[in-house]
Amino acid sequence: MGKRMGMEVAMAVAEAVGLCNIDMAAVYPITPQSHIAEHLSDLVANGEIDAEFVTVESEHSAMSAVIGASGTGARSYTATSSQGLMLMHELLPIASAMRLPICMAIANRAVSGPLNILNDHTDIMPQRDSGWISMFVENGQEAIDMSIIAFKIAEHKDVMLPVNINIDGFQLTHMVEPFEMPTQEEVNQFLPPFVPHATLHPAKPVTMGAFAMSDYFAEIMKAKDEALKNSKKVILDVWDDWAKIFGRTYKPVETYMADDAEILMLTMGSMGETAQVAIDELRAKGIKAGLVKLRLWRPFPLEEIKAVLKNTKKLIVTDRAISFGGPGGPVFSEIKSALYAEAQRPLIYNYIYGLGGRDVPVPDFVGMFEKVLADTAGKLADSYEFWGVRE
Amino acid sequence: MIEVRWHGRGGQGAVTSVELLAVSAIAAGKYAQGFPSFGPERRGAPVAAFTRVDSQKINKRSGIYKPDVVLVLDASLIGLVNVTEGLKPEGKLIVNTHKTPDEIRKQLDFKGTVATVDGTGIARKEMGVPIANTTMIGALLKVTGMLELDAMKEAVEHRFGRIAQKNLAAMKRAYDEIKISN
Repeated sequence: MGKRMGMEVAMAVAEAVGLCNIDMAAVYPITPQSHIAEHLSDLVANGEIDAEFVTVESEHSAMSAVIGASGTGARSYTATSSQGLMLMHELLPIASAMRLPICMAIANRAVSGPLNILNDHTDIMPQRDSGWISMFVENGQEAIDMSIIAFKIAEHKDVMLPVNINIDGFQLTHMVEPFEMPTQEEVNQFLPPFVPHATLHPAKPVTMGAFAMSDYFAEIMKAKDEALKNSKKVILDVWDDWAKIFGRTYKPVETYMADDAEILMLTMGSMGETAQVAIDELRAKGIKAGLVKLRLWRPFPLEEIKAVLKNTKKLIVTDRAISFGGPGGPVFSEIKSALYAEAQRPLIYNYIYGLGGRDVPVPDFVGMFEKVLADTAGKLADSYEFWGVRE
Repeated sequence: MIEVRWHGRGGQGAVTSVELLAVSAIAAGKYAQGFPSFGPERRGAPVAAFTRVDSQKINKRSGIYKPDVVLVLDASLIGLVNVTEGLKPEGKLIVNTHKTPDEIRKQLDFKGTVATVDGTGIARKEMGVPIANTTMIGALLKVTGMLELDAMKEAVEHRFGRIAQKNLAAMKRAYDEIKISN
């Protein structure tokens, strides 16, 4: 049985990674990820874990280092945020194309400019199409659990893809809160050793990340797409394995009071729990409101989303990123596209909120529901609004 | 649920205090959150930090705007920062100062509970440093009863090692010496 304790979530994430028998980590510190970098570096320096901590001069180098290390068959880890993730961008599709099971925490933070160090999802959204498995967590416990689970998913022989775990910066990383820290024995029982498909070794040369022109490129892209789509089955199996040992169950799409709901809201990440408080308040007033939390962003859980949204009349999709000049927030566009062919679809509303760390307290969530409920003619549907913005 | 807002200056240890308190409350079987006011911090500049403690799981992750308790680590912030902003009328205001609760009550025109203790003086005597962050935890626990004083022991020992006992002694003195005016 793991120990119930309190600790800052970023440090707890480093502790959890420390239980995973990693071979190397290359982490360049950046706010609000820094405490992951610092604490992991401490664990290595103090001899608590037997791994190489490679100090690098940038996030581009951090990602390059983990790609190289993972290619040799090393269990490799990194973590970043915002501008650091943007700097890694050109390497992300290479890691997935080379089918390297790298695991990375992203302490989500707004992308410049103007410079802002606080939380939103504008850093991860531009990485959407890089071919990584991408998941969001809503509290410290999930951050710890997914940090361990990610290795088992990534390294599964039917997956062999990198995974990023999105942990809201500050709201989660800088929060001291309670959780259960798994024991080393439990993690050993859950996580088998990494058996790479192929490794870079001078004695047995192989080529990784080779050259492909028009005669093969599309086939390789199709193979990558299939690999990412097929990973969902393994993700579900691995979450089941986790539940058997730890008793905590995870699903690609979680719901709260959604079964009989006439109006639903969809959130990602740490906003989910605060939104739950708003749902409780609305229910107390007799309003049949419910919540849908999207945990798995890639591969996109199309069937699960369709199933939970099939009976609702109105849906509020919340976004913490913007597609400038686009049809709406990135999550809104995907949900809308997922439901387009359904015979029965809800009216879909989009609020863009919580940008650059703007706090979203319970009354704001209630306000979004009330505004949508008041829109009886559906005039506000199919468009987006920056919630609470001053004009 | 009890929500506490701490006022201090960068470097005075408000963040350390909310961390120690949250870790201790959790170790005592409660649910708690401890967090800084998010963003860059500079030594000497006014900062805030926050604590939530409850007997049930805490789902709220937004900021604290209507605290039950405000704790001022540095009385020189009064007048500079609106320390009673949002404080519930029946709430509790705790100030590290040599002034009496009535003097503070008059100065801030606050109708709820006011409690004062010379935390800096105690810290200087017990630890030889004018840093009252751990000392004032004792004051907070006395005024709110949110946690037993003994519950702090493990986290303080883990954090401060050989100077832990001095911190605990200062905390105990603030617990014993705080003056409370309801």
